[in-house]
Amino acid sequence: MNPPRILYCHCAYAQVVPKEVKEAVLKKLSESGLAFEAVPDLCEMSARQDPALRRLAEAGAIKIAACYPRAVKWLFAGAKSALPIDGAEIINMRTLSAEAVTAALFDPQAHPNLPADKTASSESLVPKETRA
Amino acid sequence: MSLTDQASLRVVLYEGDGVQPLAAEERFATLSSLLEKGFAITRVTGERKVAPNDGAELLVLGRFDQGARPAGASVDGQVPIHFHDLSNSTAGETAIAAETLRAQIHAHRTGEWKPWFPVIDYDRCTNCMQCLSFCLFGVYGVDQAQQIQVQNHDSCKTNCPACSRVCPEAAIMFPKYKSGPINGDAVSSDDLQREKMKIDISALLGGDIYQMLRDRSERAKSRFSKERDSEKALKERQKCLVQLAQAGDIPPEVLMALPSREEIEEKARAAKAKAQQALAMQP
Ligand code: SF4
Ligand code: SF4
Repeated sequence: MNPPRILYCHCAYAQVVPKEVKEAVLKKLSESGLAFEAVPDLCEMSARQDPALRRLAEAGAIKIAACYPRAVKWLFAGAKSALPIDGAEIINMRTLSAEAVTAALFDPQAHPNLPADKTASSESLVPKETRA
Repeated sequence: MSLTDQASLRVVLYEGDGVQPLAAEERFATLSSLLEKGFAITRVTGERKVAPNDGAELLVLGRFDQGARPAGASVDGQVPIHFHDLSNSTAGETAIAAETLRAQIHAHRTGEWKPWFPVIDYDRCTNCMQCLSFCLFGVYGVDQAQQIQVQNHDSCKTNCPACSRVCPEAAIMFPKYKSGPINGDAVSSDDLQREKMKIDISALLGGDIYQMLRDRSERAKSRFSKERDSEKALKERQKCLVQLAQAGDIPPEVLMALPSREEIEEKARAAKAKAQQALAMQP
């Protein structure tokens, strides 16, 4: 089985992710022999409904270094590209140290942590096109 | 042109089979300058395909003088592919080459707009339409099933999280906001209590603010006539706006840019009608 893919968000248009954390994470990724995706700003891609989000959401297990899991979940869903609930691990660069972020990214095991979907009774509220 | 109509250019940093990889510092410098210029990059190493096709034109970077260019056939599907040899190109030159290509193919540019817009947590949303009736800038709408949606992301006022405060379920996030739960952090029961006590921003935007400004400007005017001090009057107005901004967490530029009271009333009526219609059509 392939290891989870890696996606790094550079949060280029705001200072919400500490600069030293995102730089150290990008540096460690650059030093690794791993394949990965790096995007300037997931928020911007969500607003544009960039087709790359669907490609990323549909290709199996993924680790995403960005911000809060709840925000990332609904940014993807808002672009009609829901992430797999059992295959996406969001690593929060707003709250974790660079060491903790890279340790989680390089761990070959995925630890899915998206907030669980609502119970079946109320799930109908989620617009259909945003579901996986 | 709407945000969603624009073509994309994706950069592939090819370090796969047959090509000499970059040194780590060179790779970091190249990635950093491309990300700062708004390019998404796929780094490819030996085991993976060049890049799954998502419809974006590709700019493939690599040290091609020491190895073969990846064959076009290794890209899934048909997209135009451009190559740039990194053998004699600094990180800055590579970013310029990417920008030149982006302009040539009319792909979208990022960075002209700070991506600030509401993101709805549908696990929490009850489709009550408060946000739709509240927003004066037409950011919200409904889909065919009368489900609330963010439709005009770039109409949202940068750094203004006001609509998140009217949502009774704390379902509206602004991922670039400074604190939780608006930034996407988990919602606690304390947050919900706080949300219930939130200030009535509709009143602030729609009515009180104008009353307050009028009161202030009347006072300022009488002083103005006595003192002929327009600077002071302006300062008075700014002070008032700053206080409102602090109380409601609304950036002063947003308050300054508000339409006239009549326009606000008209917009509020239209938004409310849209929300009521959507609610009436719900099954
Ligand atoms: S998803 Fe989070 S980390 Fe990425 S651009 Fe948006 S706010 Fe920044
Ligand atoms: S105010 Fe909140 S709960 Fe109501 S429709 Fe808007 S996002 Fe949903």
